[in-house]
Amino acid sequence: MTTFSDTAFLVVATLVKITIVLVALLTVVAYLSWLERKVIAHIQSRWGPYRVGPHGLLQPLADGIKFLFKEDIVPLEADRLIYLLAPFLGFTLAFLSIAVIPFGTSFQLLGRTVWLQITNLDVGLLFVFAVTSLGVYSIALAGWSSNSKYPLFGSLRSSAQMISYELSLALAVIGVIMISGSLSLRDIVEYQQAHGLWNIVKQPIGFLVYFTAAIAETNRVPFDLPEGETELVGGFHTEYSSLKFAMFFMAEYTNMVTVSCLATILFFGGWLGPVFGPAWMQVLLPVFWFCAKVFCFLFFYIWMRGTLPRFRYDQLMSFGWKVLLPVGLLNILVTSLIITWRQG
Amino acid sequence: MAILFYIFGAVAIIAALNVVLQRHPVYSALSLIVVLCAIAGEYLLLNAEFIAVIQVIVYAGAIMVLFVLVIMLLNAGEEVPSSRSRVTRWLGAPLLAAFLAEMLYVIWRYAPMITNVTWESPFGGPKAIGRLLFNIYVLPFELTSLLILVAILGAVVLAKKQL
Amino acid sequence: MNDFGMIPLSHILALSLIIFVLGVAGFLFRRNIITIFMCIELMLNAVNLAFVGFARELGQLDGQLFVFFIIVVAAAEAAVGLGIIIALYRTRQSLNIDDLDSMKL
Repeated sequence: MTTFSDTAFLVVATLVKITIVLVALLTVVAYLSWLERKVIAHIQSRWGPYRVGPHGLLQPLADGIKFLFKEDIVPLEADRLIYLLAPFLGFTLAFLSIAVIPFGTSFQLLGRTVWLQITNLDVGLLFVFAVTSLGVYSIALAGWSSNSKYPLFGSLRSSAQMISYELSLALAVIGVIMISGSLSLRDIVEYQQAHGLWNIVKQPIGFLVYFTAAIAETNRVPFDLPEGETELVGGFHTEYSSLKFAMFFMAEYTNMVTVSCLATILFFGGWLGPVFGPAWMQVLLPVFWFCAKVFCFLFFYIWMRGTLPRFRYDQLMSFGWKVLLPVGLLNILVTSLIITWRQG
Repeated sequence: MAILFYIFGAVAIIAALNVVLQRHPVYSALSLIVVLCAIAGEYLLLNAEFIAVIQVIVYAGAIMVLFVLVIMLLNAGEEVPSSRSRVTRWLGAPLLAAFLAEMLYVIWRYAPMITNVTWESPFGGPKAIGRLLFNIYVLPFELTSLLILVAILGAVVLAKKQL
Repeated sequence: MNDFGMIPLSHILALSLIIFVLGVAGFLFRRNIITIFMCIELMLNAVNLAFVGFARELGQLDGQLFVFFIIVVAAAEAAVGLGIIIALYRTRQSLNIDDLDSMKL
């Protein structure tokens, strides 16, 4: 066993981690669609998917098979290369940001430490923002390449919305970076562990700004005008069918999951929670706490979709620039003043 | 590990060729995004991880979005090859090639191959850059914020329909 | 990690030079004004690569800070430049620089 070199061990461990995370994420995304339909149905006093499997649990499977077998239509005047590229780009980028998310603590295997995180970048948080800002392209290119009015308007509105709220998203997080002193996601959770307090207590306004901006980034209600059915037919994905359409939705759900993971890590202590029991439970319990917190955020997302009306586009943009951005800046100012006063 | 540098380099050169040779501006813009991401990969290999991520966020994720949105809005279509001047076409490319060859020769001859400079461990990390940025370069930093303000005002005024 | 393999400075500069020359070629030979603008960005990126190469070679972080400032200035320039292009398009209805050339000669 000791003939395994360090590099080989690292490569194998990383590949195993990637496989597990990808499989888990795909399942979560599929069942998130089931959860959404069920929760919204119960909010609206109806049943939701009920027939396919017990309580509709096999509905995602049925949807997947339907998407695979649907006829694949490509508009005649569409720019073929970009039309086919856009959903794949969105899908790939959505899954890329999971690479820096820590799911739990570490355990010992074959004399080496294995962390439950695919990779720990020193600039992990900035990496997530980089991937998010590249995600704007999939929507912009999808709308443009469809060569049709509604997708073009939907994609332009959506791109403008996403780049506006990206700014508030980054500003909201700067408070957390200042108090924990690092951009690495593992260090931020360990800071919360060392101080025994979740960051939400120290950065409540930062959390509110972050979560509002995150909902706008993922194009969810109440910020989902660019893809609202009553406004713009289908928005940027009007001309898409079957598998490519499914990819857009998987990308959207994956973005939701990423944003929720980030919210728990930055503000709610990540994998921190009461840990007890034998050694294998001490490794699995943090993962359980992390998943429970992420699930709460996802439920909150779906709850909002069933409850709130959507913003008009000009209200949306003015909210992002005239309310959220100044509040984010104020948060940074107050946080830095408090930090300086405490050190002095 | 160093093989990655040449892979990223090859990707950057092919994409840069694509930027220059494509007829439609959207394809040029997409190729430019590929160049920017390849160069960001190179920065990672050259111990500049903060600059690499900043390059992706700002350059590939904001400036190029601006380009793509403007191209989509103006919708000018493909470029018609111009028949302006034969001289520029027949003389330009060889002159550029001669320039390239000469500069490559200069680099090969005079650039040091490998040196043994060591540096403190988190070389391109955010801490080291922040320490430098806010101590020695704080004046340029403040001036760039003023520059961005002027640019925002200028862009808004230029693109307005009526003042 | 200090060592990603020994990448010689001359190779970095050669890559930077090739991208720069491609940018110059595009700038001189293309007619669409947005493509010309993109070739300017290509040239700026080639210079950034050279700066980062030298920063690594000399062990000084100042090179990377210059790259930071160049990226910021390029952002400001892109915003104003595209504003000018939009204003020009509104009056001339064309993005070809031959049509935008109103000087006599």
